[in-house]
Amino acid sequence: MPGHNGRDLRLLQGNECCAEAAILAGCRFFAGYPITPSTEIAELLSEKLPQVGGKFIQMEDEIASMAAVIGASLTGAKSMTATSGPGFSLKQENIGFASFTEVPCVIVNVQRTGPSTGLPTAPAQADLMQARWGTHGDHPIVALYPSTVPEVFDLTIKAFNIAEQLRVPVILLMDEVVGHMREKVAIPHQSEIEIVSRPQPDVPPEEYLPYAAGPDGVPPMAPFGTGYRWHVTGLYHDETGFPTTAAPKVDRLMKRLYSKIESAADEITFTSDEFLDDADTVVVACGITARSARRSVRLAREKGIRAGMVQLKTIWPFPYDLVGDIAGRVDRIIVPEMNMGQLIGEVERAAKGRCEVVGYSRVDGEPIAPAEIVAKIEEV
Amino acid sequence: MRREIRLSGYGGQGLILAGIILAEAAMHDGHEVVQSQSYGPEARGGASRAEVIISDEPIDYPKVTNPDVLLLMSDQACKRFAGSACQGGTVIVDSGLITSIPETSGVVYKFPITDIAVEATGRSISANVAALGVLNTVAKLVSPESLKNAVSSRVPRGTAEVNLAALRAGIAAAEAAGAER
Repeated sequence: MPGHNGRDLRLLQGNECCAEAAILAGCRFFAGYPITPSTEIAELLSEKLPQVGGKFIQMEDEIASMAAVIGASLTGAKSMTATSGPGFSLKQENIGFASFTEVPCVIVNVQRTGPSTGLPTAPAQADLMQARWGTHGDHPIVALYPSTVPEVFDLTIKAFNIAEQLRVPVILLMDEVVGHMREKVAIPHQSEIEIVSRPQPDVPPEEYLPYAAGPDGVPPMAPFGTGYRWHVTGLYHDETGFPTTAAPKVDRLMKRLYSKIESAADEITFTSDEFLDDADTVVVACGITARSARRSVRLAREKGIRAGMVQLKTIWPFPYDLVGDIAGRVDRIIVPEMNMGQLIGEVERAAKGRCEVVGYSRVDGEPIAPAEIVAKIEEV
Repeated sequence: MRREIRLSGYGGQGLILAGIILAEAAMHDGHEVVQSQSYGPEARGGASRAEVIISDEPIDYPKVTNPDVLLLMSDQACKRFAGSACQGGTVIVDSGLITSIPETSGVVYKFPITDIAVEATGRSISANVAALGVLNTVAKLVSPESLKNAVSSRVPRGTAEVNLAALRAGIAAAEAAGAER
C-alpha cells in the first residue's frame, strides 16, 4: 500500500524486515542453518537473494555457515548469517577469526531463552555479554539492538555500513518478540538509503599491503579474484598479512583493532531518550524492554514522578560516557533486563558510584511489563 | 484510542494468521498497529495466541495486558485467559469447543465458530477467518472492506474463495444474533 512520501507501506515481521533491509543494504550472500526464532530471515533470503544475483546457501551446520560468510566477504560480497543462542555459541570461533582478520560481516542473533536449547520460542536478553565476549581473546566487535520493526530496518542497514566502514563483524541482536512481531514499516527507495562499502586499495597489486591501515585505522580491502593476492591468518600478522611474533607488531595490531572502533564510537553510537531533562530516576534499557521502559516513564509522569528513559540501540561499544553523564545528574538509574543482570554491570562501570544503580531481572520467558518497571520506579 | 485484541486457542487453528489479517486490515484503515504472538515449540496442539494492538498513536509497549477483545478457541485458552479481559470487554467464545467459561469481567458472546466454518466451507481449518467475521462484526475493529481485502491477500494462494465464504458466514452469524455492540 502506498504510504507517506510515496514509500511502500508494509506490515512486516521483524525477521522479514531484517531480510528486506539486508538486500537494500547490498547483502548478496547468506549462509546459515535454520534455527528458531531466526528462521524467517533465512527463509526469505533464500527466495530474495537469487532474484538480485546473490547467493543463499544452507550449510551443514552453524560453524560452516560462519566460515562461508567469511569466505564470501573476502571475495567482496556483503555477507550475513542469522542464528539464535545455540548457533551463536557455535559460531564464536569463526566470529573471532572475522574480527581478527577484519572481514566485514553481519551476524544476526535473534535471542531465545537459554542456556543450551532453552526455550526456543520464548524471548530473553541473555546474550548481551556473549555478543561482546563470546569469542576468546581481546577483539573488536560492534552490536546493535533494535526494539521495533522500523528500527530493525534502520539498524540492519547501519549494521552493514558499519561492518564495511570499519571492517568488523557487526552483531544485530534481536529479541524473539521483535523478530516475530509485525509492525508497519515504510520501506524507503534504494536511492534514499545511504550505503557504505569497504575501502579499496589505490595501489596496484604488487604494492598492496593488505593490513596497512589508513588514517582511520582501517586497511583497504581488495576482493579476492581481482589480481590482488594476500594472506589471511588467525595468527598475529603484520602489514603484509603474514604471521609475526615480533612484540611491537603484535602490540600495534591489537591496539589498532581497538582504536579503529573507539575513534568511530560517536558515529556508531545510537540512542533514543525521553524526559531526560529534569529526570531524577532514569531507566536504561534495550530491545523490547526499552518499549516497556518508554511506557513506564510515561505512566510514572502521569503520577507526577520525574522519570526518564534512555534506549541503547548500540550496546557495543557500550556508551560509557553517555550513561556516565546521566549518572552524574540523577539520583537513580534502573536497569530492567530479561536476564540475571548483564547490562547493569556496564551501567555500574559507567556510573562509577555517582548514583544508585538498581537492577530488575525477569527470566521466565515473558517480556517485562511496564507496570513492573513503574513499581520499581516507585520504590524509594 | 488503544484497543487490545487477544486471539487464543491451540496451535494449528490459524490464530496467528488471523492476527496478521486483522493487523493488516487495521493498517489499511490508517491505524498504528502491532501484531505479536506466543506459541510453544510444537507445530500443532500446544497453546497458541496472537495479539493485536490497534491505536491512533505510536505504540510503545507492544504486548496485550487487558484485552478489550478476547477470542477463546479452546478450553485451555479459556481457563488461562477468560479472566484477562478488561471490564466490559468483548469476549467471544467458540461454544462448540468450550464446555465451561470461567468468571470474566467481559461480556461473553457464544458462537459455534468452528461449526459455522465447517457448515460454510466444509473445512474446520477456516474457523480462524470465520472467527474474524464474528469478532469484527461484534467489536467493530476495522472496516469490513479492509478485512475482506486483508483476508484475500494473506491466506494461502488458492484459498481466498473458501476463506471469504468463512468470513461471510462469521459475519452473518453475528448479525443474525444481533450481536453488534
